Amino acid sequence: MEIKAPDAFSGGRTPSFEESARESLADTQLRRNLGKATQTIRRKRAVAVEEMPDWEQLREAGRALKERTLRHLDEYLLQLEESVKRAGGRVHWARDAEEANGIIAGIAKSHKAREVVKVKSIATDETKLNEHLEGEGIEAFETDLAELIIQLAGETSSHILVPAIHKNRSEIRELFMRKLGARGLSDDPPDLANVARLYLREKFLGAKVGISGANFAVAETGTVCVVESEGNGRMCTTLPPVLVTLMGIEKVIPTWRDYEVFMQLLPRSSTAERMNPYTSFWTGVSEGDGPQEFHLVLMDNGRTEVLADEIGRQTLNCIRCSACLNVCPVYERTGGHAYNSVYPGPIGAILTPQLVGIGRPGSDSLPYASSLCGACYEVCPVKINIPEVLIHLRGKVVRHKQDEGSIKGKLDPENVAMKAMAKTFSDRRLYEGAQRAARIGQWPLARGGTIHRLPGRLAGWTEARELKPVPEQTFREWWRSRNGSAKDSSGAGA
Amino acid sequence: MIPDGEKGSTLRVALFITCFNDTLFPETGRATVEVLERLGVRVDFPLEQTCCGQMHFNTGYQREAIPLVRRFVNVFKDYDAVVAPSGSCAGMVRELYPMAAELAHDKRLGADVEELAPKVFELSEFLVKKLGVTDVGAYYPHRVTYHPTCHSLRMLKVGDAPLKLLRAVNGMDLVELPEAKECCGFGGTFAVKNADTSIAMLSDKLRHVLDTEAEVCTAGDNSCLMHIGGGLKRQRAGVRAVHLAEILASEATEERE
Repeated sequence: MEIKAPDAFSGGRTPSFEESARESLADTQLRRNLGKATQTIRRKRAVAVEEMPDWEQLREAGRALKERTLRHLDEYLLQLEESVKRAGGRVHWARDAEEANGIIAGIAKSHKAREVVKVKSIATDETKLNEHLEGEGIEAFETDLAELIIQLAGETSSHILVPAIHKNRSEIRELFMRKLGARGLSDDPPDLANVARLYLREKFLGAKVGISGANFAVAETGTVCVVESEGNGRMCTTLPPVLVTLMGIEKVIPTWRDYEVFMQLLPRSSTAERMNPYTSFWTGVSEGDGPQEFHLVLMDNGRTEVLADEIGRQTLNCIRCSACLNVCPVYERTGGHAYNSVYPGPIGAILTPQLVGIGRPGSDSLPYASSLCGACYEVCPVKINIPEVLIHLRGKVVRHKQDEGSIKGKLDPENVAMKAMAKTFSDRRLYEGAQRAARIGQWPLARGGTIHRLPGRLAGWTEARELKPVPEQTFREWWRSRNGSAKDSSGAGA
Repeated sequence: MIPDGEKGSTLRVALFITCFNDTLFPETGRATVEVLERLGVRVDFPLEQTCCGQMHFNTGYQREAIPLVRRFVNVFKDYDAVVAPSGSCAGMVRELYPMAAELAHDKRLGADVEELAPKVFELSEFLVKKLGVTDVGAYYPHRVTYHPTCHSLRMLKVGDAPLKLLRAVNGMDLVELPEAKECCGFGGTFAVKNADTSIAMLSDKLRHVLDTEAEVCTAGDNSCLMHIGGGLKRQRAGVRAVHLAEILASEATEERE
């Protein structure tokens, strides 16, 4: 985990979820760190939500607002552009990650900046902005404590909100001693934070360019918003003379008033707080106060494709709160790295394959990284029906494999078995024949009233569980013998 | 004991056994029939039924599932109520058939589904919400813990219907399962496709089950129980998994396994 592995957005071939999860599951320290962290935040969130009598109405309002915005996304984006320009900002449109990175690097270079400071932004992780800037001779400094930790460790984020959730205090202490030369450091959180603070303060004061993401941007006023906990965001967006914000196009909201809904939903869902400590808003530039140059980069990078999918488009409702990660029993055990994407967890399992496109072996495995338990849907503040989208995407993955026309796809054992079973189930006689065949055919496997080992891919089952053999009599055989052949009729009619 | 027995006897009720129970857990089907008949419900079992298509649909083989959806609708559409001893399969019909009909671009199927879906019940729902019964006259002198399966809990929203039924069972020592609402890790083909993650989830579920010192773990779905029970058996844990219907069917005179 020390070396940055390619992820779904870096273009290379990534391992499947199953492969990566196997590794993560074997990491006992990771299991402990994650289990503890997710269980704690899950409980806190439940309390923070419990005290809201109108939580369900708020969720519904959040969903409806997002849905309406997405339906008229083209208009709201143009309105946003207009408003930002009116307030003295500049607006850039980026079709994809490459264009976005090019625009941002161009701005930094035009100011001869060798260093930039960054507020935590997943959009910039998605575009691999830091790597791109490095290639242009510009060093990007992450200023969010957890982002700093993973940047120093040379790792990737494993959580939308708490990128270093996979690390514990003592691991962070060792890292700071090694990388920041801190001596005599304890693993007390205030001590650790202080080391980071001293290191970052210098960067804030020296940087000419600040780079941020955006939680929301209001079309009506052009006001951009960053929600955070540490104050680093406030510094990044106010101290450097130039500010660049990279924003996915789905982040726009129509009016200032819409904050009323989202500012109630977001903090409680993400950090289980009534209100987060720092919420920064800025509208273009103000003379003599804060950055004197503001650029808003509006990025598509696959989002319009998602919008075109009637079931999949609800994914764009996401406000990146991470509640779905914290309640997910899969995420809790595998951690975020198993998803090989900057978007891990349930939301990542539906967002990543849609953004990069179906047909890539690594990200095609993500919709299957779920037991469809539905815990994510239950907590989602904007009511994204994640299980529904997962099932929908599984369908797309299978159809892509089948329609691709390759022999490999057609002869895939799962595909062959599923087709054969579908045929069997479509005819009562075939189905009853298969029941008899299973009873007879299981003899080499069933010993002493149990099946201890299954062949092929099914061996995954018997790795940790016994399997009950097919019993002597099916239910329908019993029913027939009880009711005589008179009942042997089909269809309705009691 | 049967406050609304009249209603039960006039309803045209079909048992949707599910292919899984039909083939692997016939005892659950027999128990379901026994409980329903004890309550005066006349149960029919349309023999043309096979599989609702859930496995295909949820694994992504939706084109293959659509004929099974059509078949199910045709077999069951003329009944007043369809009862299944499975939250997962009942959930497939009630919650996912509309999506299937849409995928099939079949308006007639969509209309049929819309009519049929609200008439499909998971067993505990049917007993408590439809018939208004909580005491089915069962006797089960064992220490039991209940695992609410995800689809019954979050898809069908059966709430505490199974617990109401269990609390009314005579002689039973019902103990609460810690972290009960957490998925056991079965998830259909997930258990095989992502076996490692599934097993990691199972091991926590088993730990909680063992912590209760129950001798029986029950639930409304044999698929989850096959997973939990298979794990318990592999560990030689001395705890067995028993479907809710079988507990409800048990009587003082002839105790079932």
